[in-house]
Amino acid sequence: MPDVGQPAQNGAPVDLVAWSCPLPLRDSPTVVMGHGGGGALSAELVEHLFLPAFGAQGELRDSAVVDVGSMRVAFSTDSYVVRPLFFPGGSIGDLAVNGTVNDLAMSGAEPLYLSTAFILEEGTPLADLGRVATALGGAARAAGVHLVTGDTKVVDAGHGDGVYVNTAGIGLVRPGSDIRPGRARPGDVVLVSGDLGRHGVAVLSCREGLEFGTAVESDTAALHGLVCAMLDTGADVHALRDPTRGGLAASLNEIGTAAGVGVEIVERQIPVPAEGADACAILGLDPLYVANEGRLVAMVPPVDADRVLEAMRAHPLGTGAAVIGRVTGEHPGMVVARTGLGATRVVDLPVGEQLPRIC
Amino acid sequence: MIHGPGCPVCVTPLEIIDKALEIAARPDVIFCSFGDMLRVPGSEKDLFRIKSEGGDVRVVYSPLDTLTLARENPDREVVFFGIGFETTAPANAMTVYQARRLGVRNFSLLVSHVLVPPAIAAIMESPSCRVQAFLGAGHVCSVMGTAEYPPLAQRYRVPIVVTGFEPLDILEGIRRAVIQLEAGCHEVENAYRRAVPAEGNPAAQAMLREVFTVTDRAWRGIGVIPRSGWRLAPAFAEFDAEERFAVQDIRTAESTVCRSGEVLQGLIKPHECAAFGRECTPRTPLGATMVSSEGACAAYHRYRRLELTHA
Repeated sequence: MPDVGQPAQNGAPVDLVAWSCPLPLRDSPTVVMGHGGGGALSAELVEHLFLPAFGAQGELRDSAVVDVGSMRVAFSTDSYVVRPLFFPGGSIGDLAVNGTVNDLAMSGAEPLYLSTAFILEEGTPLADLGRVATALGGAARAAGVHLVTGDTKVVDAGHGDGVYVNTAGIGLVRPGSDIRPGRARPGDVVLVSGDLGRHGVAVLSCREGLEFGTAVESDTAALHGLVCAMLDTGADVHALRDPTRGGLAASLNEIGTAAGVGVEIVERQIPVPAEGADACAILGLDPLYVANEGRLVAMVPPVDADRVLEAMRAHPLGTGAAVIGRVTGEHPGMVVARTGLGATRVVDLPVGEQLPRIC
Repeated sequence: MIHGPGCPVCVTPLEIIDKALEIAARPDVIFCSFGDMLRVPGSEKDLFRIKSEGGDVRVVYSPLDTLTLARENPDREVVFFGIGFETTAPANAMTVYQARRLGVRNFSLLVSHVLVPPAIAAIMESPSCRVQAFLGAGHVCSVMGTAEYPPLAQRYRVPIVVTGFEPLDILEGIRRAVIQLEAGCHEVENAYRRAVPAEGNPAAQAMLREVFTVTDRAWRGIGVIPRSGWRLAPAFAEFDAEERFAVQDIRTAESTVCRSGEVLQGLIKPHECAAFGRECTPRTPLGATMVSSEGACAAYHRYRRLELTHA
């Protein structure tokens, strides 16, 4: 969930009838799963319902950056409703820490403190909750952040999905850095920190009704150390994004839209693990749209690209880093991919959730 | 090159989707579907909407999983939305067959299978049709074999090249079709031998013959094509969800402004349809060719944007 910048003075009432531009949100009068999918439906909900209701404006990004006294503080919150709670390579506890840490890191912040809130379903085994809490604590220690406040609520049996977790976090933005989607510029080199699609495939592989055997594990990891290594090169990193829900496609589209630039990527240069590619082929998914929880995409000026790539590859979480394309002044707001055969395809913002396909 | 109607999901007619929505909304039903069907709009809603309104709609990858679900939930009705071409039909047929064998009475199938050869014939029967050659769908032929196609190639004097789905397969299919056209031939060729034996999959065909029977079927945006689909054979009628939930009487007409039938025959380009980009968009599609991202109209809608920004 992107956070918003500084609140405006006056909140305008939400005009439910006038929601028709650019695409009609009101084609569904109720919340549908796609509203949480990180794609166009999510963006419309924020743009047409939340922002007007909050009277908020500002650039949408992974975390808000606000001034507190003389300090620039990054602030972010995220809720975790993953099912199943435990999946190959991690659990909801790992995600709850790493996801919020990464949202802060994408603003160039050093994460410091997290809150955590649990919404528990009556009847959930305490042993499961214990495993989640242990994973959460372990992930926080590994990331070097402190869990300093929290909350617990219980809902009736049947009204939740075992365990929901919310975390919020704050961190200090590195002085001199200005990393946000709107800064991407034509000519920037596009880098990813590793292969794509592991988290989404791992979770799908154990979801009810879809179980399939795979050796793919979630890539969940805290990325602020990697970001730190990238910034230590002195490079003027323009934009960072962790391609979670909606995958690389959603991240690149959001950056393209925010900066008013186009993005061109080369499919052959995009690292995808072989097992992940196979699983995607069987399920009819496009790896560019599959969620990651331990990867980032960066827009870097060409003059800085080599040293940033080198710094990424020298970091344990960036050994698979690669240049996958560049930012262009053509087709603003649109992402295009050059295919293996040299054709060009449009990589659209996903509408809602990624679904296994039959065709 | 003209795209076919698109994928099996998007040729599923409005009427059957409206029936699915009606069944899925019932509190006693667990409604199971392939994932991409959830987003395809009926007259007013899609399965996502039904789910958001409290319907128990679930995505499965294999229809056979629905039998497990039915046995785990004996007090519920479990319905599978059996759609698609000859490709998905064998697994759906097997599920019904197994349901009868295992006595799973709380399972039923909402069937809307469609067949490729009658659609080819329907397109060629149109007096204004401009199609000169067909790339035959390789996966369909991997089930059904190639025997259905020589009569079509002869009657309509069109080359039919059975083609795979990788980019090089497509190029090879086109190459062979062009060679035939230049030589004035109209044969059936198999350019996908690594997956398609001439006889297809006899075991799957036997299962299909036992469980299904040929019926008239509507195609989204095109209308009814005679004998172009399958329904459950009388011996399996007890598993027919349309009868079990008494939705046979739901009648929904296809859009009258949608011209996807003409797009499919090569008579017009997608943007020449008055509804294109106006009432018909990928988010609010009228015809099959706009529902699927691979459909001709959806592709035009997506790539025209790119063209316009370059102009």
